[in-house]
Amino acid sequence: MSILVNKDSRIVCQGITGRQGSFHTEQCIEYGTQVVAGVTPGRGGEEHLGVPVYDSTHEAVREAGADVSMIYVPAAFAADAILEAADAGIKVIVCITEGIPVLDMVRVKAGLADYDCRLIGPNCPGIITPGEAKIGIMPGFIHKPGRVGIISRSGTLTYEAVYQTTNNGLGQTTCVGIGGDPIRGMNFIDCLELFEQDSATDGIIMVGEIGGSDEEAAARYIQVNVSKPVVSYIAGVTAPAGKRMGHAGAIISGGEGTADAKFAALEAAGVRTVRSPAELGSAMLDQLGG
Amino acid sequence: MNLHEYQAKQLFARFNIPVSSGEVAESPKAARSAAASLGGSLWVVKAQVHAGGRGKAGGVKLAKSLDEVQAAAAAMLGQRLVTKQTDAAGLPIKQVFVEAGSDIQRELYLSMVVDRAAERVAFMASEEGGMDIEEVAATTPEKIFTVSVNPGAGLQPYQIRKLGFGLGLTGPQLKQFSSMCNNLYRLFTESDLSLLEINPLIVDGAGNLLALDAKINVEDNALFRQSALVAMRDPSQEDEMESRAAAHDLNYVSLDGNIACMVNGAGLAMATMDLIQLHGGTPANFLDVGGGATPERVSEAFKLILSNSSVTAILVNIFGGIVRCDLIAEGIIQAVREVNVDVPVVARLEGTNVEKGKALLAESGLAILTADDLTDAAKKVVAAAA
Repeated sequence: MSILVNKDSRIVCQGITGRQGSFHTEQCIEYGTQVVAGVTPGRGGEEHLGVPVYDSTHEAVREAGADVSMIYVPAAFAADAILEAADAGIKVIVCITEGIPVLDMVRVKAGLADYDCRLIGPNCPGIITPGEAKIGIMPGFIHKPGRVGIISRSGTLTYEAVYQTTNNGLGQTTCVGIGGDPIRGMNFIDCLELFEQDSATDGIIMVGEIGGSDEEAAARYIQVNVSKPVVSYIAGVTAPAGKRMGHAGAIISGGEGTADAKFAALEAAGVRTVRSPAELGSAMLDQLGG
Repeated sequence: MNLHEYQAKQLFARFNIPVSSGEVAESPKAARSAAASLGGSLWVVKAQVHAGGRGKAGGVKLAKSLDEVQAAAAAMLGQRLVTKQTDAAGLPIKQVFVEAGSDIQRELYLSMVVDRAAERVAFMASEEGGMDIEEVAATTPEKIFTVSVNPGAGLQPYQIRKLGFGLGLTGPQLKQFSSMCNNLYRLFTESDLSLLEINPLIVDGAGNLLALDAKINVEDNALFRQSALVAMRDPSQEDEMESRAAAHDLNYVSLDGNIACMVNGAGLAMATMDLIQLHGGTPANFLDVGGGATPERVSEAFKLILSNSSVTAILVNIFGGIVRCDLIAEGIIQAVREVNVDVPVVARLEGTNVEKGKALLAESGLAILTADDLTDAAKKVVAAAA
């Protein structure tokens, strides 16, 4: 099992003919992901990387049966790509793009309310169900099919958690990069809910960071709704207030969104936390009676 | 990207939002003539720096004569202002804003932010103007009125009334307030702002609303489509290292410690800083070299790190997924040679071709320690920095 994406997912890449789109689509195909179409407005009718290119996501859905989209469209146009995918009937939209203006995301979130779909990202590494579908920029080879669900706001920090759980034999069911932006699609709670329902997921690793209150909300949710063991790490204990730490959403403002507050909320909810990212794998193994 | 008060007020004026009249000046003489052309007999001379808390730091002075205006400007210009919102070095005062004095009857608070929890643009209003809003939020939150705007429907009159009544406004003032809010919403959304704060928003002797102070932050992600605002950028108000880094597509934030780090990925970079502290060291910076850790980028990163004389050791932490560790190792070796790095470097590499990468570092003849894992890396660099 897994959540959101698996070997039957039919992926369309929006922005496939661009440099990022091309490179990463090729990597995903090499991994064994079922990429069925690409979209670059104006290049419809071409073939790229062995995959038909369409002028619109609607055509990709109609002609190639795409149901998951990965978006590698530049920031200036990515909000539009997300809304197009939703309108085309895509069920899981994975937006890798970093740098989308926050007011665009305000409008996108309002617009998505009209559709029955899930957005992952933006500014994220993507989502992977090891051995079945890689939709994003993560290195496939460090993953291993297994028992742990991973939810993270980071990219390379997630790979640490993946690497550790691969090496200690636990493996992963699905890894969801929810991204580093302040306004985004799926949040921790959305993913926790799905992992709780997934029979193959025995434990969940949550990697958070400073900024916002998503982790605190997740802590309250876990207390009431999650029976499986959760291990969490929060990056940014040493981050100064008021500074954007790389990610647009990684900023402590008005005293809120500190790593300490997030650790405290998670611990109060009974979540096992680690203060070093090097301990994520071992803590999870321990929680699962390793 | 921050704007100065005088620039924010220019924008306000363009959007028909009432502001106190004033002029910016770059010399004491110019300040004096600004005051003269404004007329009246009461002025306020305000240091133009990208930080709040100017009043308590001596950056806002009342002047009752042209001589006082000139003297106040002379005392400020060329100095650095240290406020509770700046570091110990403060910010340079290159300009002052000379404003006509106002008859302040009431001081109110009005601001707009992008509320990430609500996923909307929100207004906040309070009768507690002229105070630290965070303090008000902490002690008397019931005095703050908030509305969040549905992007489809736009700002609604009932929302403006909620704020206006909360501010104790009636009659013609409420009308002025309504027009102000609509114009502010247009300004905010058209200019891709992330923060707009008017503290205080005053009611003057004639019963009119006026923005006495104006603070604007333009969202960094949107600068590509706000070229007119980008033209207003003042690099003198920004951290020099951070600006240099940005020019090379590096993400850099200065910290106080002596152990520098260079990492690919913002989350991992924050985690690396935290790890250094966890193992008894003090991080000197946050530095995300991003996805393309090429020799050139790595060189630039080393140069940046080393221009901070406090640095006594460097931790390079790269998880190479798509990027190969042997290429990264070559980049580090080339950079260390080119930049003549003379502090200990600990390199922790993981990912594709990691063994090849570690071998290259070991054989380089340079004083680069390789670490086996995150914990080993942190311990080694803390020891090396001592």
